Amino acid sequence: MNGLRSRLRARDLVGLGFHGLRARPMRAALSALGIAIGIAAMIAVVGISTSSEALVKQKLAALGTNLLTAAAGTDFFGEDTELPVDAVDRVRRIAGVDQASWSSTLKKVHVYRNEHIDAGATQGLTVAAADLELLGATSTPLASGNWLNEATERYPAVVLGAKAAERLGIVSVGSRVLLGGKQFTVVGILDRSPLAPELDTVALIGGPIASELFGFEGAPTTIYERGDDELVAEVRELLPATIDPESPSEVKVSRPSDALAAKNSIDQAFTGLLVGVGSIALLVGGIGVANTMVITVLERRQEIGLRRSLGATRGHIRSQFLVEAMLLALYGGIAGTAIGWGITAVVAAANGWLVSVPALVLAAGVGATVIVGAIAGALPAARAARTSPTAALNA
Amino acid sequence: MSVPLVSLRGVSRSYGSPPTVALSHVDFDIDRGEMLAIVGPSGSGKSTLLNLIGTLDRPSTGDIHIDGHDTGAMSDSELSALRAFAIGFVFQQYHLAEGVSAVDNVATGLLYSGVPASERRARAAIALDRVGLSARAHHRPQELSGGERQRVAIARAVVGEPALILADEPTGALDTRSGAAVVSILADLNASGTTVVVITHDHQVAERMPRQLGIRDGELVGDRRVGDLVGTAS
Repeated sequence: MNGLRSRLRARDLVGLGFHGLRARPMRAALSALGIAIGIAAMIAVVGISTSSEALVKQKLAALGTNLLTAAAGTDFFGEDTELPVDAVDRVRRIAGVDQASWSSTLKKVHVYRNEHIDAGATQGLTVAAADLELLGATSTPLASGNWLNEATERYPAVVLGAKAAERLGIVSVGSRVLLGGKQFTVVGILDRSPLAPELDTVALIGGPIASELFGFEGAPTTIYERGDDELVAEVRELLPATIDPESPSEVKVSRPSDALAAKNSIDQAFTGLLVGVGSIALLVGGIGVANTMVITVLERRQEIGLRRSLGATRGHIRSQFLVEAMLLALYGGIAGTAIGWGITAVVAAANGWLVSVPALVLAAGVGATVIVGAIAGALPAARAARTSPTAALNA
Repeated sequence: MSVPLVSLRGVSRSYGSPPTVALSHVDFDIDRGEMLAIVGPSGSGKSTLLNLIGTLDRPSTGDIHIDGHDTGAMSDSELSALRAFAIGFVFQQYHLAEGVSAVDNVATGLLYSGVPASERRARAAIALDRVGLSARAHHRPQELSGGERQRVAIARAVVGEPALILADEPTGALDTRSGAAVVSILADLNASGTTVVVITHDHQVAERMPRQLGIRDGELVGDRRVGDLVGTAS
């Protein structure tokens, strides 16, 4: 009609959506709650998982990912082997290696609290001779006392791993333990070692005293190596042949930081499952919104008729109810995101983690609700648009 | 040379199957500036007629021209535009939004014309003044009497300054005094140039109109112009 067209401004459209929700606040709140629970579950799951991951990353960054461990494997006949005596010196000569250290398990030597303990009750503890650089190379923290030094490595002095001290019942340095039938003084107790957990159950003594008392000949069982971050892969390739040129296949090289990262990826699998549960909750919430919108459209037939008489097109009516459904879902999305973030913060605080919810996840959470709202509102909105104006007015 | 504002030719409307005839072969014209009543008992087809003139419904057969436009050839959104700019509706049940002030209810009349909100409110205030309700601008419908609510609804119908006002039993829910006030407001609007069509079953209301179209059982049974008689009498 003379080029004139019915026109509804975008601002007015959004205003209509808000107005529709305000008319029935309780109903709006309850349907939004369904969406909120779904989104809260998803945000909390992702948030908790990323927060714990952030802790692992932080740990790894502190510990470094450049530690390589080379251990003596078993030979062709399945017998335990030792690494060559001069292996550590050769490792130190590889380009890119900053630090190399070693430990050597003394197979026939055991440690006990005192002479009254039965010889069979070793409690899974081993005794090892250690290099002075071992602590630094493995980034193992010291809980109390001191690490071995050039003096104490010659004397019957022992440093206990965290679990070893616990199992032997040693809480302070200066205590004595029976090691290989001799009295040894505890000079230090280690804290748990994240990168070299095998040190937790070991009683470490100096190389010289081990040679003197137990006939140790200097062949290491494990070599710890740290080097250039960029060259870790290359060094890893070179290690077996460098350590044992005669039988490189008997040397087992591992990167302990991989184990930590792998542990975290197991958590990721759980995250996937829980996000699945969250999406089902979101789906149910979406059905709730659709249900609410169907009832709303039926209840507001007169309003639809009036709006049509005022010049609203079918498209305007459809948009109005679609926007209303999207706003309803958006309310739920915002509330759910806030609740999910809150749950993450509480869990993180309880575990001493840093709260880390990626902004992208928050945005995706809110965005997903708007999409759910649009899908849930599509059918009721189309029904509203199809309503004949006369039928609507006479309702 | 002047095209009638509303022109019906052979208009019929039936519903359902087997078809129930609500309106049968109706022909008439309404010129610009006229004020007329479509009068008939309930079930006579007058509401159907109003819906057809108001483009809320389409005839089964026949042609309706509004302001020279063949409504049969217009799309749904073109008809919506016609309603937005050329037709104002007044309903027996007012159809006002609860919880919204009178002035905002009136402003809704301009919502689909793309007028900005501030201008809508300014024009709504003027329209409320035209129906003598300036003092009640910020009252909500539930705080107004029936007559006042119908005046708000009339203000909403005229705020866009349409050429045609269609009033469906505007006095049906009102007492005689309020009804008379509503009719005189419609007469004032007509005096300022708006074409007014009032649907009523009330002969007293109809007799106050210069022209009366009688309708019974879906057929036009009379087209009486009393305006000339009144004119000669005075």
